[in-house]
Amino acid sequence: MEREIVLEVTYPDPPEAVWCALTQPDLLREWLMENNFRPEKGARCEFRMPPGPGFSGLVQCEVIEVELHRRLVYTWDGGGAWGKTTVAWTLEPSGSGTRLRLEHRGFRGFRPFLLSLMMGSGWNKKLNTALPKILKRVEYSGVNS
Amino acid sequence: MDVFEVIGDRTRRNLIELLADGERSAGELVTHFDVSFSAISQQLRILSEAGVVASRRHGRQRVYRLEPDGLDPVAAWTAQYARRFWDRKLRNLGRLLERMKHGT
Repeated sequence: MEREIVLEVTYPDPPEAVWCALTQPDLLREWLMENNFRPEKGARCEFRMPPGPGFSGLVQCEVIEVELHRRLVYTWDGGGAWGKTTVAWTLEPSGSGTRLRLEHRGFRGFRPFLLSLMMGSGWNKKLNTALPKILKRVEYSGVNS
Repeated sequence: MDVFEVIGDRTRRNLIELLADGERSAGELVTHFDVSFSAISQQLRILSEAGVVASRRHGRQRVYRLEPDGLDPVAAWTAQYARRFWDRKLRNLGRLLERMKHGT
């Protein structure tokens, strides 16, 4: 089974402004993370964040789809905690603002990220104590909503 | 034992990693460890019962493979973690757009 995350947010700003924030490195740095992003199909870029357990902090991307002010898709390969997944942004005008839809897909059972996540130091203890409890909560709340 | 307890053990995680490369017999698997054949069989049994690996007979040997949906609860948990990450980032984005509008 493949898991995905779908989030929708409406901002009071026009798609052109949201597009800039999604594609310009200096703006991406402010709300997302350090990066050398280029909104060109086929471009290979990197996002960097502080490393965590089982996670190097480096996210590698390849831009798959660019449709100015409307749609942006790239792979999101975090090796550690995230594995190779796909992030898709869709922008739609909504009044004078923008409805922004984020789809993050590709969370699967045997991707290497699961293993490296678990191999990180300190995970043994967490896995044996905290995680089963968290899992129960996840089952109740669902993750596909 | 649920799947999180199953992967809480280093030997079992190593077995999962080995099987991620493809099917292996118990005999092949045991060569990668410093423990007895029966200890590895015991871990393979736990992995089978948890639905993380499946096995089939091949001549006189039993061959093990990963079961694709076995670690699904872990994927679900990771997706939950990722969801919180994006929730936070999208709130940051809203604040940035606000600042851009006011030219600061």
